[in-house]
Amino acid sequence: MFSGTLASMSDEPESFDQFRGTDTYIASDELRHAVNVAVALSRPLLLRGEPGTGKTLLAENLAGALGLDLVRWHVKSTTKARDGLYVYDTVARLHDSRFGDGDVKDIAKYIKLGPMGEALSADHKVVLLIDEIDKADIEFPNDLLLELDAMRFHIDELGKDVVARERPVVVITSNNEKELPDAFLRRCVFHYIDFPDRALMERIVRVHHPDIVDRVLDQALEVFYGLRATPRMRKRPSTSELIDWICALKKAGVDLGRVGGGIPFLGTLLKTEQDVELVAKRAKA
Amino acid sequence: MLIDFLYELRRHKLHVSTHEWLALMEAMAKGLHDSSLDGFYRTCRALCVKDVAEYDAFDQAFLAYFKDVGADALAITEDILAWLADPKRMRELSPEELAMIEGLDLDKLRELFEQRLREQKERHDGGNRWIGTGGTSPFGHGGKHPTGLRVGGPGGGRSAMQIAEARRFKEYRKDVVLDVRQIDLALRGLRQLGREGAVEELDLDETVDETCRNAGELEIVFRPPRRNRAKVVLLMDVGGSMDPYAELCSRLFTAASRSGRFARFRSYYFHNCVYDAVYEDAAFRQKVTVADLLAESDRDEKLVVVGDALMHPAELLDGGGSIYFYSQGGRTPGLEWLRRMAAHFRRAAWLNPEPDRFWPGTTIEVIASVFPMWHLTLEGLGGAVRYLVRGGEKPKVPEKAAWGRSWTGSYDPD
Ligand SMILES: Nc1ncnc2c1ncn2[C@@H]1O[C@H](COP(=O)(O)OP(=O)(O)OP(=O)(O)O)[C@@H](O)[C@H]1O
Ligand SMILES: [Mg+2]
Repeated sequence: MFSGTLASMSDEPESFDQFRGTDTYIASDELRHAVNVAVALSRPLLLRGEPGTGKTLLAENLAGALGLDLVRWHVKSTTKARDGLYVYDTVARLHDSRFGDGDVKDIAKYIKLGPMGEALSADHKVVLLIDEIDKADIEFPNDLLLELDAMRFHIDELGKDVVARERPVVVITSNNEKELPDAFLRRCVFHYIDFPDRALMERIVRVHHPDIVDRVLDQALEVFYGLRATPRMRKRPSTSELIDWICALKKAGVDLGRVGGGIPFLGTLLKTEQDVELVAKRAKA
Repeated sequence: MLIDFLYELRRHKLHVSTHEWLALMEAMAKGLHDSSLDGFYRTCRALCVKDVAEYDAFDQAFLAYFKDVGADALAITEDILAWLADPKRMRELSPEELAMIEGLDLDKLRELFEQRLREQKERHDGGNRWIGTGGTSPFGHGGKHPTGLRVGGPGGGRSAMQIAEARRFKEYRKDVVLDVRQIDLALRGLRQLGREGAVEELDLDETVDETCRNAGELEIVFRPPRRNRAKVVLLMDVGGSMDPYAELCSRLFTAASRSGRFARFRSYYFHNCVYDAVYEDAAFRQKVTVADLLAESDRDEKLVVVGDALMHPAELLDGGGSIYFYSQGGRTPGLEWLRRMAAHFRRAAWLNPEPDRFWPGTTIEVIASVFPMWHLTLEGLGGAVRYLVRGGEKPKVPEKAAWGRSWTGSYDPD
């Protein structure tokens, strides 16, 4: 599936333009450049942007284009930096010591690598996605500085160092919800994925609906960008909602040029009641 | 030469660290900028700018540096841009012309550009010497010039200059007024995590300790998950001089009152200045006395006041000064009520929609000496939130603000 252009990693280490977008992912020139800079300098790529602008999808496609495995680390509000490296399952060990099955002396058995731990101990180069880093505690990124710099970590319980054979390509996404610490930012290559303009959006939609007719696409985008321009909207519809909406329109065979009055399947585009009301009010006025 | 650009960035308040600058040097040594201005723009921005709110400053710095126009000369640039915005048809270049401009390098181009800018007195179209539209000069746009600097106007691909010039990221600047989402994000910082409520999360450390105490008999301990404990009291000035900001205040209210955001959230209204009471509704029907409000509020709750703090000094400083206060016949000046509130809460903040350049010499300054005050922008809100959560630096109040203390009834701020 991923026929994304890529230069082979080994024989041409200086080749820069390794990522040019793929069949299933449309990247702006600026985004492609940022990705390539990050890969060439082996620095983490930090992506920010509105929800649904394809941050997560980029990591998947980058892995595909580079021909590397993807390791995902989905960060939640309770995630600790160390969880990403490894977890020492004390409870299981206690349990085993109490109920006697298994060799409790073998601590390694109770060490479970987290996603980042896996990425660093892999025997080949991988793409590591740290998704939605801003969801975690404010200090979370700082706790990863050392590991991201040195691409190694220490397992205290085993007294063992894990060192990456090849530096993974690290992609970090954030929804812009929180300020990230300066020390962390300094180490990253940063790109803000701006909301796609109409031309870019046309290409993105065509990836998902290759058979869409020009006129239909045009009308859909007209409505979509019109909605996004509504002032005081709480959650403006994003790319993924547009794609779903077009899907619904196609399935129901609705012709936007013909329907009068409201927007069909508005619920697919707008996710809060207030926004639906707001749009309804403006349509009446 | 490039180091000057670093200083240009600094001049635009972009604090590029040595770390980042070295990364840029490394990138350029590897040729990642593709030896083009466009490539340089992209590489430099990706490595040196880490916040979309700063993209615009970067664009400006880039424009300023590569067009060699200082901030004071910006007006000239605007003219040129406006003029270039309406390009003439491009004609094909002859091979000689192409060859001629092939070899120019960036420094030379900038030099030439500068020189031409100085020489050029009036609008010029066509020809091959001046900056204009549709010509073959290496400057201007719509012309063909492989090594040329593009100066504005739509082109085939998007060049760095165009991107910089479009200043697409203007609205992300931190100093512009806010929308609900931005306020929302800023308020997210206003949280104090604490463990409260139902016990539903495994507490490993306690489990280990308890199990040990239990001589190895497994004893699992649970604890409540972390939740936001921050409690907020929002006081909003409505009506009168606040009318122009009604929309902004309602956005702030929308974001702040979002359910589940704070452990406790209450909001009240006042007009102009707080005296002995505030109101639960903007129509001033449900009255709550300040005494009751304070009695019901923990010292650790956060008080956030939104208002322009702008009134006649007598309304703030005189006993019974309020024109809206006659019915109470109270003798306590507004400033004293404000002081009482500020003193009750461990941390309070005042958000003012008036730009801070208008503060000196007005009642704003006096109130700012009682309440730490921030201009209601993304930056100001961020500062206020940081202060409310962690304390630390309050905005400085000029010494002059002391005039409020020696108020004797005649208004003369200077
Ligand atoms: N550039 C793109 N090319 C192709 N599809 C895209 C692109 N951008 C977004 N999409 C579509 O939008 C969907 C959402 O993308 P994705 O989940 O990567 O967004 P995100 O930025 O990670 O959002 P969130 O911040 O909510 O996690 C994708 O599944 C895809 O269908
Ligand atoms: Mg995502």
